[in-house]
This record gives sequence, C-alpha cells and structure tokens, in this order.
Amino acid sequence: MDATFLQILWFALIAVLFLGYFVLEGFDFGVGMNVFPLGKGDERRKKQILRTIGPVWDGNEVWLLVGGGAMFAAFPEWYATLFSGAYLALFVILLALIVRVCAFKYRDKVDSPTWKKAWDWMHFIGGFGPALLWGVAFANIVRGFEMEANAGGNSVITTTLLGLLNPFGILGGLTFVLLFWLHGTLYLALRTTGDLREDANRLAGRIAIPTIVVAAVFVVWAQIAYSHTWWTWIPLVIAALALIAVVPLNRARREGAAFGATSLAIAMATIQLFGGLFPYVLPAVNDDALSLTVTNASSTEYTLTVMTIATVVLLPIVLAYQAWSYWVFRHRVTGEDTPAPGSGIVGRVRDEYRAAFDTDDHRTETAR
Amino acid sequence: MEALDFARWQFGITTVYHFIFVPLTIGLSLLVAIMQTVAYTSKDPVKADSWTRLTKFFGSMLIVNFGIGIATGIVQEFQFGMNWSEYSRFVGDIFGAPLALEGLIAFFMESTFLGLWIFGWNRMSKKVHLLTIWLVALGTTASAYFIIAANSFMQHPVGAQFNPTTGRAELDPEAGGIFAVLANPTTLAAFPHVIAGAWLVAAAFVTGIAAFHMVRHHNRAQELEADTAAAQEHTHLAREVFRPAVRFGTLAMVISALLIFVSGDVQAKLMFQQQPMKMASAEAICEDQEGVPFSILTVGGPEAFKQNCSDVTHLIEIPYVTSILATNNPNAELRGVESLQKEYKEKFGDTVVNAAGETVEANYRPNLFVTYWSFRLMMGFAVFSGILAVWAWWVTRGKGEMRRTTGSKWFARFAVLAIPMPFLANSAGWVFTEMGRQPWVVHPSPTGDPMVRMMTMQGVSGHPDWIVILTLVGFTLIYGALAVVWYYLMHKAAVKGVSAPQRVTADDGAKQLDTPTISFGY
Repeated sequence: MDATFLQILWFALIAVLFLGYFVLEGFDFGVGMNVFPLGKGDERRKKQILRTIGPVWDGNEVWLLVGGGAMFAAFPEWYATLFSGAYLALFVILLALIVRVCAFKYRDKVDSPTWKKAWDWMHFIGGFGPALLWGVAFANIVRGFEMEANAGGNSVITTTLLGLLNPFGILGGLTFVLLFWLHGTLYLALRTTGDLREDANRLAGRIAIPTIVVAAVFVVWAQIAYSHTWWTWIPLVIAALALIAVVPLNRARREGAAFGATSLAIAMATIQLFGGLFPYVLPAVNDDALSLTVTNASSTEYTLTVMTIATVVLLPIVLAYQAWSYWVFRHRVTGEDTPAPGSGIVGRVRDEYRAAFDTDDHRTETAR
Repeated sequence: MEALDFARWQFGITTVYHFIFVPLTIGLSLLVAIMQTVAYTSKDPVKADSWTRLTKFFGSMLIVNFGIGIATGIVQEFQFGMNWSEYSRFVGDIFGAPLALEGLIAFFMESTFLGLWIFGWNRMSKKVHLLTIWLVALGTTASAYFIIAANSFMQHPVGAQFNPTTGRAELDPEAGGIFAVLANPTTLAAFPHVIAGAWLVAAAFVTGIAAFHMVRHHNRAQELEADTAAAQEHTHLAREVFRPAVRFGTLAMVISALLIFVSGDVQAKLMFQQQPMKMASAEAICEDQEGVPFSILTVGGPEAFKQNCSDVTHLIEIPYVTSILATNNPNAELRGVESLQKEYKEKFGDTVVNAAGETVEANYRPNLFVTYWSFRLMMGFAVFSGILAVWAWWVTRGKGEMRRTTGSKWFARFAVLAIPMPFLANSAGWVFTEMGRQPWVVHPSPTGDPMVRMMTMQGVSGHPDWIVILTLVGFTLIYGALAVVWYYLMHKAAVKGVSAPQRVTADDGAKQLDTPTISFGY
C-alpha cells in the first residue's frame, strides 16, 4: 500500500517538530553541560551562563511535548510501540528532564553554596543525560529494533536497554552530546560578554574538530548502512559542510554565523535521519513484516485532515510569538546585570528597586 | 499484585501528584493577572503600589509552583505510550488529537509568555507586560480544557466508531468527529467544575497567606508606639496591602464556590445517565431503589472491601437527596450496583480477554470503599473554604475609615489550616471520577457505538512486573524529594511577606513611592 499525501505530510511534520526540538533544546542542553567547564566555580559566571537561556528554555522544551503529542495523534502505533519499547531509556530521559526543570526554577531561590552546587549538578545531568539518550534512541530508531507480535497481533519491541547500547547507538549518543555541547558553547559566545564570551569562543574551537570527526562517522554510517533512499546524501553533505564551516567562523569570531552553522548542521542531520527512515517509522531488524511504516502505523485520513488544518492555522502563530520572545531577549547577557552573589531573591529585588530610586542606599548595598 | 496494578498505581501517583500543583498554577496565574491589572489601572498611587507588591509576592510563588507542574506534566505526555500502549493503539486516532492540540495551543503559549513575564519587565511596555501574564493564564486554562476533553472521551466516548478491520476506535465524521469530542457534554460539564476547583485552590491560598500577614502586621503595629514610623509601616501593610488581598481572595472563593456547586450538580446528573455504576457505587446503593436518601456515614463489613455491596450499613442518611441529585425528582428510581452488574454481564459478557490474551472473569463494579469516601471527602473538604470565606469577610468588614483588620491569632491559624483543604478536595474529586470509572479505561457510552469501549486490563503494556515496579519506585522517590523542595521554597516565599513602601525622591525632585518592578530574574 502506498503512503497517502497526508501520511507523508505528517511524517514530515513530526520530523520538523523534532528538528525544532533538537535545534532549540540542543543549545539548552549544551549550555547546561557548560555549567562546570565554563562556569569554573564562579557564581557570577554560572548565573551569566544560565541567564542566557532562562527566558526561553521552557518554550523550547514544548517542542518535544508537541512532537510526542503529534506522534500520538498521527501515528498512534508508532507512539505506542516506541514509548513502550524504549521504556527504560525514556524513563531515564524523563527523570533527567524533571530535575532539569526544577534546577532552572529553584537554583537561585536559596542562598547557599551547597544548594546551588547540587542544582548545578542537576543542570549538568539534565543537559548531558538527555542529549546522550536521545542520540542513542534516534540511532536505534534508524537502525531498527528486534520485534515480535503480541497477543493482540501488534508489533512490540523486544530489544532491551542494553540492546540499545550497540556500537551504532553509542556513536549516536556521542554525536548528539558533542554536537549539542558545541551548539550550546557557540550560543554562549553569541549571547554573553566579557571573559565568558572569550572562553566560550576558545572552548568551541577546541571541541569543533572532535565533533566533526565523530558526527561525520555517524552520519555516513547511518547513510550507508540504514538509509532507504539516496537523496539523504544531500542534507548529509550540507550538514557536514556547515559543521566544517564552524571552525573558520569561530576563529574569525563570527559568532552569529557560527551558531547558525551548527543550527543548520543539526537541522540537516535530523532531516537526513528521518528522510532515510521513510517510509518506515520503526523498522524490525528480524522480520520486515513486523516493521511499522507510515501506512500501517497511521491514524485515519479524517484525523490527519483535522490535525493538518489545526497545525496550518496554529503553528505559524506559535512560531511568530516564539520568534518575538527571542527578539525581546536578543541582548547579550553581561556579568553586570546578574545580581551579586549572596542575596536571596526578595532581598535582591529590594536592593534593585532601592538602587533605582536612591543612589546612596545603592552604594551601601553594593559595598556590603 | 501484577504489572497491571503497578501500572495503575504509577498512573494514579503521577496524575494525582501532578494535579496537586496544577490547580494552583491555573488559579494563581489568573489571580496574579487580575492583581497586576488592578496595579496597572489604579489611579491611586498607594493602591497601585500595594497591588504591585502583591503581584510580585504571589508571582514569586506562582513561579515556584509552575516549575513542578511542568516537570510532572512531561511524564503525563508519555506515560500513555509507556504503560498503556494497548490503550494508545485502541484510541490513538481520537485521543492523540486533543493532546497534540493541548501542546500546540496551550503549552507553547504558557511557557513562552511565562518566560516573557518573568524576565521581560524592562524590555517591553507595561501594557504588553501585563498582556503576557494574561496569556499565561489563558494558556493554563486552555490546557485544562484539552486534557479534560481527552479525559471525557474515556468517561463518555463520542464522535467515534469501532473499525473491525483495524480493530480500533476511530474518529468518525458522521458521528460528529473532532467537534463531538471537543463539545462532549461531559467535557462541557467537567471543564467549569475543574476550573472553578482550581480557582478555589488559588483563592484559599491567597486568602490564607494574606490573612496570616494581615494578622501579623496588625499585631506588630499594636505592640509598637502608635506614632512611630515602624508602627505606621505595619499598619500600612495590614490595612493597605494584605486586607485588600484577603478581601480579594474571599470574593474569588465565593465566586468559585458558586460555580463549583452549579457545575457539580450538572455533572452529577450527567453521570447518573452516562455512568450509573459510578454513582450507584458512590452512594453504595445495592439494588434498584426509589426515593434514594444521601448517606453521610456508611460502614462496611469485610465483604464490602471485596466489592460486595450487600455488606454495607447506612448509619446517617438525609432522605431523598440522592434522587434529587440525580434527577431533581425526590422519588426518582435509581439503579443499584448489583442490578447493573447483572445487566453489564448480559451486555458485555461474563468473561473478558485481557491484554495478555488470557480469558478472565469480568467484574463491572468499581471499588466501593474508594468511590463512596472520595465523593464525600471532595465535598467535605470544601466546607473549610466556606467557613474561611465567611470569617474573613466578617473580620475585614467596613468601608472608608472603618476598614477593619484583625489581630486574631485563631483566625490566622484557621486561615492557614484552610489552605490545603481545596487541594485535597481536588485530589479526592479526581480519585472519585477515575476510580469510579473502573474497570473501564474507556467507559461504554449508553448512546454511542457500544464497541467503543475498553477495560483497563486490556489497555496495559505487556511489561514484566519488575520493570514497572522500577519506574514506579523511581518516579515516586523523585516526586517525594521534589515535594519536599517545593514545600520548603513555597513556605520560604510565603513567610517572607512584603516590605512597606518608602517615600523616595525621584530624579526630578518629586516625592514618590518606591514601587518595585515586576521582574523575577532567577
């Protein structure tokens, strides 16, 4: 049975939602991973680092929730089989995402170095863990799972968590970690000032080459061994060129262009992976008859039509206001506007507005 | 216990836990939006100053609460696929759409505009900044609508037909399709009930915390010399800042209580038609009966815990009330648990095939003990809010120079004690409606396609026990740890209170109040 237009469209839309998720949340993860390497134990620097994504990380994470919801609505078999099959991996990802949300909201609410240090670790785990596991998971989706038919005749995954950690899966995880780390580091170079900006630039220069090597091996392996089509060579080559361009752009301190290049590389790699997967959504490595495809996993044409209309109307609005929020917070985060360490939120706020109205008071507050 | 039970416990814990925080987020985002609106529109500088301080004070608690709601909400989105994959396959064609719409419409809106509200004060005009908190409130309310539409499909499936070829339920345009799902009468009754319940949580929260501070500042002022600056500051905080907040919270409590009562009544009448077994179980009515009383206290023997309805004794009863609740007619005949069990066995079979393909005996009765008591607890907890509203209104009565504040420690204690009660009422309500739906995950509709139905035991994923126990324990531990952190931070933010405004000299030499900015950079 051939895929219908709507089935192809929804496969593409889900690819777009995950593309949005990886490009946007990718730099959030990378920023989280930099809490220690670029924070260097300095509270002011760490605040500056986290402040760059403070207003936007939550909206970025919604791309995942909408991606999951869209998968449920458009390809229920895909959603059900994948999330029950990759159960433990997803469990670990969810734990990491939970602690990460709380790290954002709670880190600065208590004035204690131990408290802050504990949440710094949560930021690090919340950046590194999901990046690694999404890489492992997507590599395995492309590669395929061991499957069997259950009592109801539906395909279910029998690959275990350890089974996911095959060489290709591990390489996928490593690629995502390095790529997001580089992406987040370039984001910090673009969004900060002072020493931090310099250090981010230097760090990006150091991790760019290993990232290019690892990512290149991964995408070429994926293309040769698992892609079901030839045209995905095109996004692969674009992704590779974009990633290589990061090196001279970063050296030339073209921060916007360098960040644009990693964004393009992540977007193109996502297109390559999803494009190579089509028309499968979950290939079975042991028996092709058990594989899930866009035709046997999809919702009805009616549901797909409803969802298409809703998405065509709503997604542009979402894109418009998310873009506006990035525009509002486009200014570089300086070390100065992050408040001095050692004051709780309410006290800090009091200081801020006293400072705004009474300069004498301000001087004493700062001196203290 | 088997994987099914662990999966049910996991769903129950995740959902009840999530819905401790969510009503406060929904209600408080609206109340904070109203506070900021009052501050923005007020011509009186003292009034504007007070409401700005209150916006900021309750806003800081809203942010703490928002975090944990998001964190637990992520699990909600994925657990249908993780633990209930057979259910997801069966209803995904219908059930996925409201979830995706919730993400597209509500989650993007609330998260993006929350970021703009928290950090955006000096990057946009005051008017646009005010708009952002209203969009947060709108987003949280919209998300409740879509998730209730999804839940209502499980309570009363509409707009769908069973497709024997694919073996699943599918949206059917001839049965109304997506419009029927979004305009399900169950949704239209449940949504106002849930939203009003959320408002009540937030209103009692605002009233309780404001009352605590009002009493504290009232007493501090009394302890000091009346004409000292410190005494005047405390009097100002009690009279001009926290008294208005108490009055505002009280008004919000009264409005939400009325809406809860009316929508709850509509919902109960619908449930007697759509899910007679749930209501029979909630009232512990065994056999069909006319002029049914409402029992306040019922005890059951050991058999009652095995869902044997005949082993219960009603001790205190109010005549006719249950019949009135169901139909407005005091003599109406209502169905009993045992006769419904017999009817369902004829209709849906003596046995049922579960997700693992085993044939087991069918039991169509929900857990009697849980449904009976959760229904009563839901209503019982609300009594505290009623007392708080009346008491708070009385101690703050008066107009103009006669505006009263109180130093009554008993009032302050009661106000704080009343804060958790609407939270508990919300949890009890969800436990009632979800446990009362059992053994169904999709309850057959009395009027729709009878094949659009699924028992909970048919919906579960085929995981081995240990794997579900592992995630159950893992999630529960992390939820427990986060609950401690949440309580600690909320308590810290709540007792911190508000500082009194100072007269300061602006750049142009004019005297003005040092009203704070509404920004929260964390």
